[in-house]
Amino acid sequence: MSTTDREIPKLSTGITGLDYVTEGGLPIGRTTLVAGSAGSAKTVFSVQFLAAGCEAGEAGVMITFEESVADIRRNVRALGWDLAAYEADNRWRFVDASPLVEGEDEIVGHFDFGALLARVEHAVSVTGATRVSFDSIGAVFSRFPDSTTVRNELYRLVHALREMGVTSVITAERIEEYGEIARFGVEEFVADNVIILRNVLEAERRRRTIEVLKLRGTGHRKGEFPFTILPGDGIVIIPLSSMELQMRSSDVRITSGNEELDTMCGGGLFRDSVILVSGATGTGKTLMVTEFIAGGIAQGERCLLMGFEESRDQLFRNARGWGFDFEGMEAAGNLKVACSYPETASIEDHLVSIKATIDEFRPNRVAIDSLSALERVASERGFREFVIALSSFIKHQEIAGLVTSTSKTLLGGESVTESHISTLTDSIILLRYVEMFGEVRRGMTVLKMRGSLHEKAIREFSIDHGGMHVGRRFANTTGILTGNPMHVPPSDAERIGQLFGDE
Amino acid sequence: MSAEATHRFILYVTGRTRRSERASSNLRELCAQRLASGSYEIEVVDVLDHPARAETDRVIATPTVIRTTPLPRRRVIGDLSIADQAAHALDLPGLLRSVADDQAEAPR
Repeated sequence: MSTTDREIPKLSTGITGLDYVTEGGLPIGRTTLVAGSAGSAKTVFSVQFLAAGCEAGEAGVMITFEESVADIRRNVRALGWDLAAYEADNRWRFVDASPLVEGEDEIVGHFDFGALLARVEHAVSVTGATRVSFDSIGAVFSRFPDSTTVRNELYRLVHALREMGVTSVITAERIEEYGEIARFGVEEFVADNVIILRNVLEAERRRRTIEVLKLRGTGHRKGEFPFTILPGDGIVIIPLSSMELQMRSSDVRITSGNEELDTMCGGGLFRDSVILVSGATGTGKTLMVTEFIAGGIAQGERCLLMGFEESRDQLFRNARGWGFDFEGMEAAGNLKVACSYPETASIEDHLVSIKATIDEFRPNRVAIDSLSALERVASERGFREFVIALSSFIKHQEIAGLVTSTSKTLLGGESVTESHISTLTDSIILLRYVEMFGEVRRGMTVLKMRGSLHEKAIREFSIDHGGMHVGRRFANTTGILTGNPMHVPPSDAERIGQLFGDE
Repeated sequence: MSAEATHRFILYVTGRTRRSERASSNLRELCAQRLASGSYEIEVVDVLDHPARAETDRVIATPTVIRTTPLPRRRVIGDLSIADQAAHALDLPGLLRSVADDQAEAPR
């Protein structure tokens, strides 16, 4: 028997991304401990685990020791789950163990959780539930001071859940984000499967992550995965670069919207690729985006432009200035321009909304201007993950993506975006200011073009009412990319050229 | 059920275990010592037979005794093995005179 034959079958959870992280879901018929600090979305997780089951036609039972049933119903309505409707449909039952309004029961002598067990068994049998959530263990310990009894009784409960054959989730509190698994040593009796939810303060921003610590007897993805909580979706886990492996790439060429640039790229951009345009402010990135979009529209493609730096009005005005009628294109239905300011949402939310917009509009090409503006709302690590996830998503859709990045310095330089994205993008086009003889000119070069020959020269380009015009190469000049252009006398250039000349 | 009862109790237990029996006899003894005979009623509910009732009364632990009359309700968890504490938790009156006398004589 091979190990895969012996693997415990898993239950698809229905929580976006969780099946990916757990490689198929939670072990069927077992209990999984979901541990997290205060505010780490444990209750949302436990509700969503059941709600996703209800959506798939299963039934669930939720044991709540902490929040009142009314509070839970109300709180999750905003996330899109109508628990009362599930209850009316006999697909959802609460076992309400939340504190009584009239105060705590006094304890005199020995006791067990026989009544709780009987209620859970009853609820499972009348609904035919396959999923059970228990929120939370910490609340039990704080209500019943005799921790030895509580520990024994919870152990019995976990055992009973297993006997019932239900797949269950039990939440527990943690004090530190990176410390012991849970308070009260609860992992001792639900040791088989552990998931950690984190809500870490990083560079003044909250960053939620989920980590599968162990799933006994079965494989899972390692490490922390960022997630966000969205109205209508609940927890949405964002899988990272691991999707990369399945991506196809084709050699279909498409126009960049600029003939001269197409020539520099060896005949156009590749369809299933991500192109990074990098340059300082005002070098012509937005123009390149505009031409890229207009070039697609001219070919009858559907194009999506997502702006994070300028408003719709500004983008439309820019386009008009270069002779492109975005209003008309949008009215015709092939163009969609969506703008939002980075500060309106977290980086994870932006990623999810970008994906949703792409899924909904189904464009042939998408442009994002600028990606680096989103750096403002993310920690360095969060941004890196965002860029990785976004570029793999775009490539996965088999569409052409053009993203821009604003360099921090006017001359030369590199932004964080570039260092994260450069290995993931198929092509990189650099736009640079070139200061020569008291004059600022613009230079452009195709730095990288995966799978194709491309021109290596740095060419001067100009911008006028007709858009971008690529001109001659900067001859006899070195140091443009580093931001220190130096004019080299022709004789020197010749001599250097001869160093490498053929014998 | 007599209408005259001044005290009514529901005792939730799980099965006929020793703990269930102990809670039941402790409660009966408490009542006998502190309430006039015929003035109280004790109903024992087995959660294995009546889980829905446990749900309605939101009982978690067994044994749990709920004093339903007089209001307000009083709820005590455990086998009531410490009589004074149990009596206090259930807000029962002091020992009946005859019981108190017996106990006062007992050491002799």
